[in-house]
Amino acid sequence: MSILAIDQPGRSVLMMGNEAIARGAIEAGVDFSTAYPGTPSSEIMESLARVAEHFGFYAEWSTNEMVALEAAAAASLSGLRAIVAMKQNGVNVCSDFLLTVNLSGTKGGLVFVVGDDPSAISSSNEQDSRNFARFADLPLLEPATFQEAKDMTRWAFELSERVGLPCMIRSVTRLSHSRGNVKLAEIPQRSRSARFEGSYIAGVFVPIKHAELHQKLEQAREEFEGSEFNWYVGREGARFVIVTSGSGWLYSREAVAALGLDEEVGILKIGTTWPLPERFIVDHLRQATEVLIVEEVDPFLEQNIKILLAEQAKTLGPIEVYGARSGHLPAFGDINQDKVARALADIRGLEYRARDEQYAKRAGELALTYVPPRLPTFCPGCPHRASLWAIKAALKLDGRDGFVAGDIGCYSLGVGPAGFWQLKTLHCMGAGIGLANGFGQLGQFAFDQPVVAVCGDSTFFHAAIPGLINARFNNSNVLMVVLDNGGTAMTGFQPHPGSGTDALGRPAPVVEIEAICKAIGVEVRVRDPFEVDRAIEELYDMLQDGGAKVMVFRRKCFLVESREKAKPRVFVDPEKCIGDECGCARFCSRVFNCPGIIWDQEAKRAKIDEVVCTGCGVCATLCPQGAIVVEEG
Amino acid sequence: MALEKDPLNLIITGVGGQGNVLASHIVASAGIREGLYVTVGETYGTSQRGGAVMSHVRFSFQAQCSPLIPEGQADIVVGLEPMEALRVITAFGNPKTKIIVSPRPIYPIGVLSGQAKYPPVEEVLGKLADLVDTVQVVKTTEDGDTPLAANVLMMGALAGSGLVPIPIGSFEEAMREILSPRDLETNLRAFRKGVEAIRTG
Repeated sequence: MSILAIDQPGRSVLMMGNEAIARGAIEAGVDFSTAYPGTPSSEIMESLARVAEHFGFYAEWSTNEMVALEAAAAASLSGLRAIVAMKQNGVNVCSDFLLTVNLSGTKGGLVFVVGDDPSAISSSNEQDSRNFARFADLPLLEPATFQEAKDMTRWAFELSERVGLPCMIRSVTRLSHSRGNVKLAEIPQRSRSARFEGSYIAGVFVPIKHAELHQKLEQAREEFEGSEFNWYVGREGARFVIVTSGSGWLYSREAVAALGLDEEVGILKIGTTWPLPERFIVDHLRQATEVLIVEEVDPFLEQNIKILLAEQAKTLGPIEVYGARSGHLPAFGDINQDKVARALADIRGLEYRARDEQYAKRAGELALTYVPPRLPTFCPGCPHRASLWAIKAALKLDGRDGFVAGDIGCYSLGVGPAGFWQLKTLHCMGAGIGLANGFGQLGQFAFDQPVVAVCGDSTFFHAAIPGLINARFNNSNVLMVVLDNGGTAMTGFQPHPGSGTDALGRPAPVVEIEAICKAIGVEVRVRDPFEVDRAIEELYDMLQDGGAKVMVFRRKCFLVESREKAKPRVFVDPEKCIGDECGCARFCSRVFNCPGIIWDQEAKRAKIDEVVCTGCGVCATLCPQGAIVVEEG
Repeated sequence: MALEKDPLNLIITGVGGQGNVLASHIVASAGIREGLYVTVGETYGTSQRGGAVMSHVRFSFQAQCSPLIPEGQADIVVGLEPMEALRVITAFGNPKTKIIVSPRPIYPIGVLSGQAKYPPVEEVLGKLADLVDTVQVVKTTEDGDTPLAANVLMMGALAGSGLVPIPIGSFEEAMREILSPRDLETNLRAFRKGVEAIRTG
């Protein structure tokens, strides 16, 4: 049974931040849920989908974040409780609707969860989505613990219903993808019935609606003044106060303890960060003369607090504010206890040393000079390695200095050695084909480099179709290569419109990529990238005349494939491999870069590491001596 | 109840694909069964694809900890791969740290392509021993084990070592709840093998 379905109020369980958010929705009696996968937010929908049938609510993986938000809003407008989840980049995709649904307002609780990724651990940017709450005038909550992730989500539905606006929750990677204690509460029995009444129109009497929106936000502020998600710890009337939100709370508490400053430094933890609970904050800063703001990425809280302090200057007197603007904490990357402790020590004139100086020096030298870097790479058996090899070979054969415009997915690793450094641009979902449209129109400026746009299957449905239509319409010289591995692999293989299953694992209609391409009117071929020679030949062929074309490289993600079938045994025939005498420059281990192939230093021959190898056998087709043998398992 | 040191900080490290997340999930769930606050910080996403991964697991009877262990504050490190254990020690180790490590190397692609060197494993283990209190080596791939269960075998070694205040029974209970019935038996076997391995040294 899923941990989400445990009906034992009061029991403490281990939950991932994302599971806690999903459980909060269930404890609020959620009726409708949508999401597009994206690290660090994906497990919210994965968790919800697992128990959707059990609790009788609706769950879908939407084609992109725009549709996800709109569909969830429709449920809200029909009186239901709905949740939508996405990563930070997804907010950009759905922002057009977000900045109009705020004006039309909503009815049933609509909770909009964003998983931000400070340090861009698995992202192409580290934007701070809290700015969207201020931009769109929407109430914003920032959970600091696993317990709060659950409790805030449950409460957000109620708040949304009371103010008639979507309520935004901002999680971050270090909460969404960490696990901790969560005490369960009751799961309500809901009788659900949806009905649409009245009208929700953003585009008429906009200034009046905008003024109403500000009033609703004031109503949210009033609720925030007494919120249980805001608290103060430390001595009453402390002169030095840390003001923090989200992940900053635990780091701040530990940093204060590590420096032994519990008696002198108070911590004001704000869970409701837009609009700010102004009276609550002012009340706790009456004696303060110095404030350190601790938060992740932008100085969002810092700027809003500074505005408040300026407005309250007569009441509060001068207060020195430290944070990102003063340079004590970074406005980029993630934070941790060490960073907060160093900032605190610096301001207070103390010394913070994490460990013995000599030891740290020795360890640091070892890290730099002895420990080899371990960059992420394609899994053994990954079809992308073969696809990018074929693209590289075809472009080389072509000889006109062609290049690849990249897109978002596992294959983004093609910016580095895993994919032979093939991707030369990398931005956001759909940007590969979009950029290629422009490159493909530069012929009149003596531009003669062929352009290949790569994109994954899920990305194709999400954001690439308008770009392809544009290429056809304006006759751009673009070769689009769809790397179709059957699912949204990067984020955990969630289904998409081409997968044949829905979020609950039930059969679903298949939307065919090649049928869409044909309907657009471009030439489309479908090939297996593991037939490497043929793949190279046909890509080369397609590069030779102009216009928009699509090659679909279709082969299932090997992580999934290997769960479904027995693993063949792959080994090097020591009689046939002639080592460095071959002239292949150790192609299989050194050039093809598969971690399943190692070099046996003693035998001076290639060797398959059977623990790592997944048995895909593509190396066997590439070895010039035919020395690699595949034995079906 | 009290811990000798609170919080107790454990790092499980390895290479993406070795099953770090399941290992940390098991030990953390077992900890919660013992009434502890447990926090697990994970690395996911791109680093999952053959990159260096680590899970920070923090136990406390006092309060919920932050998900990241501060520099030099690891009490115990479980290494599913020797070089990754060393990488973790350079950032989080101290002279009191205790290590349980599998000696089986997995070569980074930079090493395979000849740009970086992977020194002999014995030497890597020596460097570890120089920096920490104890290093216990546990073999994970003898006599045709399913290599995928190495993560669980190492959790058995951790449970058997007595370094975390969690009885072996709690680990097994946690596994029964987390794992699918299909995978349970194989994993319990690997776990018990790990318990055995650390006890016989």
